[in-house]
This record gives sequence, structure tokens and C-alpha cells, in this order.
Amino acid sequence: MADIKHRIAKRVAQEFKDGYVANLGIGLPTLVSNYLPEGVDVILQSENGFTGISGAAEPGKEDVDVINAGAGYVTYEKRACFFDSALSFAIIRGGHLDATVLGAMEVDEKGNLANWIVPGKMVAGMGGAMDLVTGAKKVIIAMQHTQKGAHKILKECTLPYTALNVVDLIVTEMGVMEVTEDGIVLKELHPDFSLDDIKAATGCELIISKDLKPMEVE
Amino acid sequence: MVDKIKTADEAVKDLKDGMTIMVGGFMACGSPENLMDAIVRKGVKNLTVIGNDGGMPPTENSSARGIGKLVAAGLVSRLIASHVGLNPQVGEGMMCGKLGCDLIPQGTLAEAIRAGGAGLGGILTPTGVGTIAAEGREIIEVDGKKYILEKPLKADFAFIRATHADKFGNFMSAKSTKTFNYVMAMAAETVVLGTEQLHEVGELDADLYHMPGTFVTYIVGGEIKWQI
Repeated sequence: MADIKHRIAKRVAQEFKDGYVANLGIGLPTLVSNYLPEGVDVILQSENGFTGISGAAEPGKEDVDVINAGAGYVTYEKRACFFDSALSFAIIRGGHLDATVLGAMEVDEKGNLANWIVPGKMVAGMGGAMDLVTGAKKVIIAMQHTQKGAHKILKECTLPYTALNVVDLIVTEMGVMEVTEDGIVLKELHPDFSLDDIKAATGCELIISKDLKPMEVE
Repeated sequence: MVDKIKTADEAVKDLKDGMTIMVGGFMACGSPENLMDAIVRKGVKNLTVIGNDGGMPPTENSSARGIGKLVAAGLVSRLIASHVGLNPQVGEGMMCGKLGCDLIPQGTLAEAIRAGGAGLGGILTPTGVGTIAAEGREIIEVDGKKYILEKPLKADFAFIRATHADKFGNFMSAKSTKTFNYVMAMAAETVVLGTEQLHEVGELDADLYHMPGTFVTYIVGGEIKWQI
């Protein structure tokens, strides 16, 4: 389980280019920052209001004025800059974020995303998720391929949408998939799985890329 | 110079049942705790509260924080926020019908408040088109792209927090406490600023302040940093 999360995070990290401004969701996506390739400098944005967010604060050394979007105490880089919520979301919505990485409950072949509400269950709220996936230049979904066997990659989302036609790339423990106008294209398959395995775990047609490669993470 | 310095209780004297208030902060980081305590002491009912979230609920080791204080005291009948998942008391209130909750995307919330303060008739945002966030809202197409028309938000009172303020009300909120405090300073009839440090006018360089005191109605000193 922990291995799977790190595998996904490591692969997502390979998508990042030098100079990227990115926002990582709480949980698995946050792990991505641990695996950035050498020579790739990325500055991370925190939607509550700063660029240059760094790791969790050591117990006893917390600055109570510095939290992440999940209310955890964090540290910041020397080049950090703090701002208010309106400016923070101008960055997010205005096309100034190169990439955002989030989890999902469901993604479908049109790139529609559902990750914020399950009808009948306690509603947490969308927070900044709708803005992030609408505004970021590249939306990467980092998640486990299924929910305990139940399909999460579908022909059509069944849960209420977070946004329409926004997902660019899906990275799971099984492979790497790109959302295209023709549908979801499998670009990389992890050596632990066969094509039949990933097809069976996917709720829509998978277009197999002509240059299908093994998903390589160390 | 008008004397804006008040005690927390004086600053909420004119707050009444059924009013709409804004509260700055993000998960209570940047929320004016003394002002929340004063509202609880006054015990006004049926408040509509506009804020990023539901604040933090009381735990074994600490009191509720931020908007969580108002929720815990049962003063809130409607909450307009982007995320309430960290305060289970909000969810419980929603389930039993005591607390109505309008969820708005965080960036839309910030801009709707800014629009309220900036004299705009609303904002057009692509966020939420085709989702529940678009329900009941007009869709406007500009150059072939669809946008939600989100109307401005205003309030009777805004309760905001500064790290440094002078006695005229010029202020700045440190690091990640800025959050909604700056936009809310513009969007309410009465703006109450709780500050950690209260300086004489001219004591600090004017360039240090981010927001002009012209927005601020009352200043209340004595906010202290959250003790973990």
C-alpha cells in the first residue's frame, strides 16, 4: 500500500519540468515533491496563500502562522512569498500554475473528474479543487487504479463532477494514461501487471499506445 | 483622528440576531479569536457566516477555534464556505437541519467577496461550470467560453485579524494568516480588526502595512498567537 503510493508519486514526479509552478493536493500528491528528478527545480504553491511551501514542520518548531491547505504546520523556502486568498486563486485560476496533482474518486474517458462529493455521505466541500483543475495548465490525477476492486476510471463518472474535460494524465500503480480526444490512451504499463489486468481494472475502453512502454520507477 | 480602539465586547455591541458576518482566516489560521469569543459572549442567534470553512471544533485539549467557536455555541444558522470537512460539528448541524450550508469553490468565494467590496456587480468564473456549483446561477458566454455569474457577497460585519496594525487601522497579516482578511476588510458595513500588535501611527514605516485603515471601523488589540 505504502509502496504503491510511493510508486505513483515517483512516476508523477517525472512529469515535472524545471521551473514548474505546481500545486500538490494533500495526501499522496504531496509525496511527489520527495521524488523530483535531479536538476528539476519546482516551486510549490499552497492555496491558502503562498508560493514556496516546503515540508512538514518539526514538532516543537512550528510557526503557527504557516499552515498548508490541510491545516498542517509546514515550513517554507527562503524564496517563499505570502499573499491573500484572492491573489492565491488568481495564480490558480489565471493559468499561472503549470501543474496540479490531485486524487480522484472517479475519472472518465472525457477527462471529467469527480473527487469531492458522495451523495448521502457527509459533505466536506470542494475547497480549492474545482479552481485548481479548471486553472492549472496540466491536471495530473494520482490515485490507486481501483477502489478495492471497484472501477474508478469509467466511461462516464457516476458521482457529481468537480469539473468537465480537465484531466490530462492519470497515474496509478498499474500504469500511466493520457486523456485524449479519442479516449484514454495507455502509455505505460507497470511490469507487475498484464494488459488483461489493467483492462479488467478499468471501466472504459483503454486505447493501447503504439509505443507502449513499461512504467519505470526505481 | 477618530478613536477606533475598542474592547472586543464594545466592538460587537451593534451585532444583532440574523445578521450576516464575514470571518477571516483559513481553518482558523488568521481568525480573530478574541472577536469570536465576544460574539459568543453576546450570544446573538441565527447568524449567516461567510468564511473559508467551519473553523476547528473543540477537542480534548483545546477550545474550538475561529468560526468553530460560533458553530459550537449554536449561533450559526447558515454558513457560506468552501470546505467544512475539518469541523464535524458543521456536518452534524447540516444532517439535523439546524445549519444550512452553501458550498462555494474557494477561489469563487474570494472573488465574490472582493467583488462585494470593490463595487462590482459580480464575477465571471469558469470554475464550477457543469457542476453543482453552477446550480441556480446564470451562465454567461464570453468569446465562446462559458462562465458562471457569481454575485457579490457583502456583510453587516467583517471580523478580521492582523499581526501588525496602527491606531488608524492600517494593517498587515503575517505569512499564511492573510487568507480572506484583506478582501473581507472591503466588503462589510462594519469592519472589526483584531490585532496582535497595536502600534502608534508612524511608529512603523507606512510601507509595512498592506491594507489601509480607511476600511477599518474598530480596532481591538490583544490577539495572541495560537498556542499549540
